[in-house]
This record gives sequence, structure tokens and C-alpha cells, in this order.
Amino acid sequence: MPFSISKDEILETVNMLSTENLDIRTITMGINIMDCRNGDGAETGGRIYDKITRCAAQLVKVGDDIEKEYGIPIINKRISVTPVAMIGDGFGPEEMVAIGRCLDRAAQEVGVNFIGGFSALVHKGFTRGDLALIEAIPETLSGTERVCSSVNLATTKSGINMDAVYRMGEIIKDTARLSADRDGLGCAKLVIFCNAVEDNPFMAGAFHGVGEPETVLNIGISGPGVVLSAVRKHPDADLGELANIIKNTAFKITRTGEMVARIASRRLNVPFGIIDLSLAPTPAIGDSVADILESMGLEKVGAHGSTAALAMLNDAVKKGGAMASSYVGGLSGAFIPVSEDQGMINAVDDGALSLEKLEAMTCVCSVGLDMIAIPGDTPAAIISAIIADEAAIGMINRKTTAVRIIPAPGKGEGDWVEFGGLLGRAPVMKVNRFSPAGFINRRGRIPAPIHSLNN
Amino acid sequence: MVKSEESSRIIITVLGHDRVGIIAGIATILAEAGINILDISQTILQGFFTMVMVADMSGSSLDIARLRELLNEKGREMALQITVQHEDIFNFMHRI
Repeated sequence: MPFSISKDEILETVNMLSTENLDIRTITMGINIMDCRNGDGAETGGRIYDKITRCAAQLVKVGDDIEKEYGIPIINKRISVTPVAMIGDGFGPEEMVAIGRCLDRAAQEVGVNFIGGFSALVHKGFTRGDLALIEAIPETLSGTERVCSSVNLATTKSGINMDAVYRMGEIIKDTARLSADRDGLGCAKLVIFCNAVEDNPFMAGAFHGVGEPETVLNIGISGPGVVLSAVRKHPDADLGELANIIKNTAFKITRTGEMVARIASRRLNVPFGIIDLSLAPTPAIGDSVADILESMGLEKVGAHGSTAALAMLNDAVKKGGAMASSYVGGLSGAFIPVSEDQGMINAVDDGALSLEKLEAMTCVCSVGLDMIAIPGDTPAAIISAIIADEAAIGMINRKTTAVRIIPAPGKGEGDWVEFGGLLGRAPVMKVNRFSPAGFINRRGRIPAPIHSLNN
Repeated sequence: MVKSEESSRIIITVLGHDRVGIIAGIATILAEAGINILDISQTILQGFFTMVMVADMSGSSLDIARLRELLNEKGREMALQITVQHEDIFNFMHRI
């Protein structure tokens, strides 16, 4: 076959990889563990451990090999499992904790940095297993290193489970308290969802959905730096042109993921699920979604106009990605975490970005309020109310929303929390102190919206 | 659809200030490893050297990771930025 790629195209690709932080953010292997149920928590955990270490034995090696051979950084190798509340139904909280420990050991054994699926799906109500799992979250997240937890408590089809919203406010507080020596790190591994997706490869919200096959490979790709550089090259383009430029760039990024997905799937003999094209920032300079928004012409992210800029970015990324792969799924869009994005951190620090503006931006970003530190003395009812607002946005707009919030123990507004690594650091943000307790204490279920009745 | 996944062709790019012996230095490493050069294109703009080389690794005694190490070492020695990439990346990114 003749070689038909032009020199400019070659140099463009080389540049993306060498200076613009194009990378495969995660190769996440989903593993069904429904067949691992046994007598008690420890036995079930043991079978889960065996299955994970068998299925994912080669995961890290194959990821590392592809990275070496192709020169594309593959940052994380991860695992997601079937929501543990389902496998552990009938067990008590202690047995759930035992399963959590086994997940942690399995992750350590195969060398992945996070394992997701310590999860419950409670959007319409709790099973006994769901309640036990939720009880076990604080101890599990503070006592393990790699286990990630998520709870889906609302969907467009079923409404918002306000009993769960009420309970999760307390669970988040307890989790922060138990990991107080690490600034409430446990909460950084807990995501509260509305409309959770079953094939999301990104942590902390990944789990292996019930409609998924025995094993599956989902690939999360990223590249805020590549998009940033493309936007910066066109300071005078109008927004229609700019959307097109972002689309083209997203297309190229996604093609890289498609290639890695196919190779990894073949080598591991695990079916390829989806590519999740998400602009997932890291604390590295230039690897920032906030920087992209600012390069569009905002002085600081959080300024009026931020929501419109993000809406355009999020949509253009999806359009480019959808053309580039046979299967695009997961969350696909732009993440706007605070602690993981240096531009967002700066905007909060400068007083440009408030929690309220972030909430507005989550109406048009791919997920929700992510990695936000708030004062440690914030009452549980306020945290529940933040979750309720976010779930309402997701429910009404038929999109995934999430809350990953850290009430940093002993810290107040303006203090800093440090998590290190990909989780980064963040200033503690101001929270509206007027009480929503009367509303949250009503509990019950907010009915599904009228447009859920679409049959 | 591109069918050439895991082909044996690689693209080597070299960026830096022009000087004597850049191509010789790289070609020597490739020849010693049994790697066949298929195409070279280079430009020099105001003393800035850009080269793109297509090579075939099917007879290579080195794997691509080791070759990359050797060329990176050479790059450091000659103050050049050298990258080694599999052809598939470019095909996937720029062609459907």
C-alpha cells in the first residue's frame, strides 16, 4: 500500500502526542461478577477476586505494550464490575465492606489504580442490598485505596429518589469524617449520579452495567491540550468556524482511541464496547478545559458567557467524536472538575467561578459538579440539596449529571485541600448557607417529568 | 476502512537545527538493526531542519520500543527531537 499521508499531517500528529498531551486516558475492562455470589461476604469477595485476577491478568501488560509500541501514552488501566449491591443483596454492611476489601486486593494484584462498581442503582427505591451497600460506603472508601463507589439515585424515566438524596448527604459527611486525615479523600472516590451510563470508562463513576456482556473493553480518550492548541491557532474565527475546527480536532483524537481500542480488544480477546471521547483535564499545565474556554475569549472561566462557550465546546466534541468511531458512548463531552483542572482552580481562587455558576455550566457539560471541595462544617442537608439540584438538571434535560463533592474536614472557605496525583488540589468553595433542610427532610420521590412518558 | 493495523512500517520524524550528519547518524542506527528506509523527505527553513522518514521494520532485529530508545539517545546527543511512530496512527487519524 503506498504511503499517502502528507508531511504536515505527520507533524500535526507528532505535535499532538509530544507537546499537546494527547493521550488515552483509560482502558477500562468491565467484568460481570454476577456469577460470583457465594455463602457470605468473604467467600463472595474471594470468588470476585479470583475472577478479576483471571480476566484482567493481562490488562496492564497489554496497555503498557501498546503504549511502548505505538508511542501513545495510556495513562490508566482500570476495571469496572457489576454493581456490588446486586451481587451482595441479602448481605449486611459488614459483608459489603469485606467485598470492598477483596476488590481493592484484586485491583492491587492486577496493577490497576482504580476499580469501580462498589455501586447501587436506587433511582426508584432501595433493595436490602442497596441499603447495606450504602451503609458500607464510608468504611469502604476510607479503608481501601483503589475502590470507587457510585450511587444512581435519579433517572429521567423514574424521577428522583429523595430518600436516597437525604441519605447520601449523611453518607458523604461520614465518608469525609472517616478520611479526615487525608482532607476527606474518600469522597473523591464517590459519585452520586442521575441517569448513570452503564459503559462509562471514567472513574470514579465506572461500573459494569447489567446490560453489558461478560467482559468488555471501554476506552476513555482525552485531549484538552490538543483542542486548546487548535482554538488558539484561530483567534479571529467566528464561533461557527470554531465549532468546525473543534469538531475536526475531536475527530482526530477519537481515531487514535479507535485504533488503540481495536488493538487492545484483539490482544486481550475481550469485545470492544465503546469509545468515550471526553475532554478530561489533568492538573498538568495546558491540559485544561478552562483554558479552552478562556482561549475562546473569556477573561476567566466563570464569567458570564462560560455556559454558552461550554455548550458549544461540548457539542462540537461530540459531533467530531461520533463520526470517528463505530461506537461512541459513555459520557462523551467535556468534564469540568475543579481540583483536576489548573484553569478551574485559578478561576475559583480569583473569585471568578462560584458553585452557582458551576451548577449552571453542568446543564451543558458532559457530567456535573465534579471534585469540588466545600467547607467541612457544611450540613448534610445542604449537601443533599446540592445533589437534588444536580439530579433535577439531569432528570429534566435527559442527561447524565453527577456530584462528587468533598466537605473537607476542618477546612473553611479559602483553605486548600490536597489529594495529589490525578485528583489534584483545590480551594474550598463558598456554599450558600441558607437551609434547605425543610425541603430535604420531606423525602419521598419526585415523580418523573412529563416528557418521560414518550411511549 | 484502513486494514493495516499492526503493519510493520514506521514513521520517524526529526526536528531541530541543521547540522552535518543528521541523516547519516539515523541511517546508521537503522541499517545496523536491519530496518529498510522506504522514503525520506526533508526541508530546511532558515536553518531549521525537518525530516520525515518512512521505514519498514519487518526485517528488524529491534522492537519499536528499543529503536525509539536508541534514536532518542541519538537525538539527545545531536540536540534534535526525534520521534518514532507506528504508521497506523497516521492512517487512523488522517484517513478513513
